[in-house]
Amino acid sequence: MGLLDRHGAVERNATVLLVGTLVVVSVGGLVEIAPLFYLQNTIEKVEGVRPYSPLELAGRDIYVREGCYLCHSQMVRPMRDEVERYGHFSLAAESMYDHPFQWGSKRTGPDLARVGGRYSDQWHADHMWNPRDLVPESIMPAYPHLIETALDFEHISDHLQANAYVGVPYSEEMIAEAKADVVAQVSPDSDRAELLAERYPKANIRNFDGRAEITELDALIAYLQVLGTMVDFSTYEVEESR
Amino acid sequence: MTSTLKLIVLAVIALCSIVAVSFARDLAYQVHAIIILLLSSGAFLYVLRGVGEERLVPAGGPAPPAAAEPSGYIDDVIRAGVIATAVWGVVGFLAGVYIAFQLAFPALNLDLPWTTFGRLRPLHTSAVVFAFGGNALICTSFYVVQRTCAARLFGGPNLAWFVFWGYQLFIVLAATGYVLGGTQSREYAEPVWYIDIWLTIVWVAYLVVFLGTIMKRREPHIYVANWFYLAFIVTIAMLHVVNNLAVPVSIFGSKDYSLFAGVQDALTQWWYGHNAVGFFLTAGFLGMMYYFVPKQADRPVYSYKLSIVHFWSLIFLYIWAGPHHLHYTALPDWAQTLGMVFSIMLWMPSWGGMINGLMTLSGAWDKLRTDPIMRMLVIAIGFYGMSTFEGPMMSIKAVNSLSHYTDWTIGHVHSGALGWVGMITFGALYFLTPKLWGRTGLYSDAAVNWHFWLATIGIVLYAASMWVAGVTQGLMWREYDDQGFLVNSFADTVAVLHPYYLIRAFGGVLYLVGGMIMVWNLWMTIRVGERKATAPDAVPAE
Repeated sequence: MGLLDRHGAVERNATVLLVGTLVVVSVGGLVEIAPLFYLQNTIEKVEGVRPYSPLELAGRDIYVREGCYLCHSQMVRPMRDEVERYGHFSLAAESMYDHPFQWGSKRTGPDLARVGGRYSDQWHADHMWNPRDLVPESIMPAYPHLIETALDFEHISDHLQANAYVGVPYSEEMIAEAKADVVAQVSPDSDRAELLAERYPKANIRNFDGRAEITELDALIAYLQVLGTMVDFSTYEVEESR
Repeated sequence: MTSTLKLIVLAVIALCSIVAVSFARDLAYQVHAIIILLLSSGAFLYVLRGVGEERLVPAGGPAPPAAAEPSGYIDDVIRAGVIATAVWGVVGFLAGVYIAFQLAFPALNLDLPWTTFGRLRPLHTSAVVFAFGGNALICTSFYVVQRTCAARLFGGPNLAWFVFWGYQLFIVLAATGYVLGGTQSREYAEPVWYIDIWLTIVWVAYLVVFLGTIMKRREPHIYVANWFYLAFIVTIAMLHVVNNLAVPVSIFGSKDYSLFAGVQDALTQWWYGHNAVGFFLTAGFLGMMYYFVPKQADRPVYSYKLSIVHFWSLIFLYIWAGPHHLHYTALPDWAQTLGMVFSIMLWMPSWGGMINGLMTLSGAWDKLRTDPIMRMLVIAIGFYGMSTFEGPMMSIKAVNSLSHYTDWTIGHVHSGALGWVGMITFGALYFLTPKLWGRTGLYSDAAVNWHFWLATIGIVLYAASMWVAGVTQGLMWREYDDQGFLVNSFADTVAVLHPYYLIRAFGGVLYLVGGMIMVWNLWMTIRVGERKATAPDAVPAE
């Protein structure tokens, strides 16, 4: 093995060892990850996927803060049982505005990719208060503090702005109106509700937790109720090119 | 002069943290700013007190002689690392046992925001991977690189201490952040943006110490253990920086949004996540194996050529394996298949390394009966072999369709983490403690035996219960009746896991008790262990 006999040169020179290592460990990542950014068919062209409304984004921030992804996936695989249990398999396009992605790796609880519209707001509110009131077998923690904590959306425009920096198509108007839009989404009778619905089509506009003040629970339920509802699957056709 | 500079820098840091405390947008950030404020003002006072002392030394006079290390190497920081590894280990195991019981008894979430499973689980993983594993890697790499290069650490004690304390600060900030709600919610990359920046600084300092020591070595060859340590350090630097690219919402808050989204974010994250396993928990610990196993067995490494093949093929193949965490997801098929193929190939270098480690005992197999430390190291290699067979098997798409999202994955991770990473670290700590403190041996070999059996039985209970739990749940999810309807609701598949969760938690308790016995044994070795007669620091009779 002539090649191995010449390895001594690498062992005697730290720079060669360092550079060699760096080259060898870079190949895999470059070949696998880089193409995802320019191959056209990585993300399907789908109608309906839009950036989260400010309230939904605030809810998503709570989802991220609490580490929900540790027990709930948001990725329905294309198998018969999963599609029957959860709905149409997930598309890459559906998480194209998710910074970070929350596909998850473990289902201690069920998948949430299509949980939107499956349960009533009241169900979610009761379930967060104590999951075992509704599902006796559940081992999920209770989150009673969410309904008691007022949502902090003082800086919500900055959150939209940061998302815009990383590529989410929030317009300047959306960013400027973000704070008012949070209020509008829980005030169905207000004049601004219509404007919100124009900016964020199919947004659920209602008082999610039934309380007068805007709580963290409002935001979280608004997020859960939009999950998986943006794409109209009655008109969607699967692309074979992937 | 230098103390004036130090005082100015510390005062600036303290002032900045006062500003940060008052403008903080969230609790995690505020508490972190308070921690930095306390540390910097404490250090300020410490340096200020030292200023008077310095004047007592006449200018140009001889510096007071530093306490000579018996070994001639910089070992203080390694001693601190051994203690930190042992203590963080027990903390991490305890957190793991607690969250294991939470899954069996949800009331243990206590209905408080800070103690839910979602916040404590990253605390557990970070405590065992980064605090326990990371400290083990840093302190053993400092030990190994000095001995195998016949050189003191590059940059002197101060730079090494900076790495040590900087890393502990990273751990404390990360852990307090999770509990208070500061997280990126990307598995094993949970710390938020400013903690990531701090870790990058510490890590670069670590690379400088390690590589600098190799550069000034007095041995012509770089020993194989150092190849693995070096690959671990540079690859983790690359993974950490790329995967944590993010835009903070504000300089006064912990919230950030990752640069990538959706499918690209997913693959970047699992490229990171899988290689946190591959380079942090494997390559680094293989460096440990290549030093401590030959040392303890008193035999040379089995095959030099196998080491070369092992090293290059392992680091080349590992980096491709990330996509097997994303089988059947919205990741394009070509990437999934590539990930699967490379994961299966990875079996070969992994077992090559296992063989190289095990066969090092050729001619010294009797030590398995007589030497409890050797037994610990060997079972670690055994578990390494088992989990590196199980891993490639689970990366096959057909198997993965059943195992993914279930507790089988958790069982697999723990057979590697508890069996390989934990056991080899225990072996290294048992090896290092008598050497570093100049003792003739460990306080109690019997206690090592107890630790060995408690840990081993704990792992077996853990892995076996999680296999059964995972396969059971996976099969129940896809069970159909003769009418073609799904048989089980999701809640049914949760209820059935309760006994397995109890067995797992009990296995964890055994492992934790073993860890506590180790801490006691190491502590007694340091406190009352018999000093080596020839220790140069023995005080001469008056």
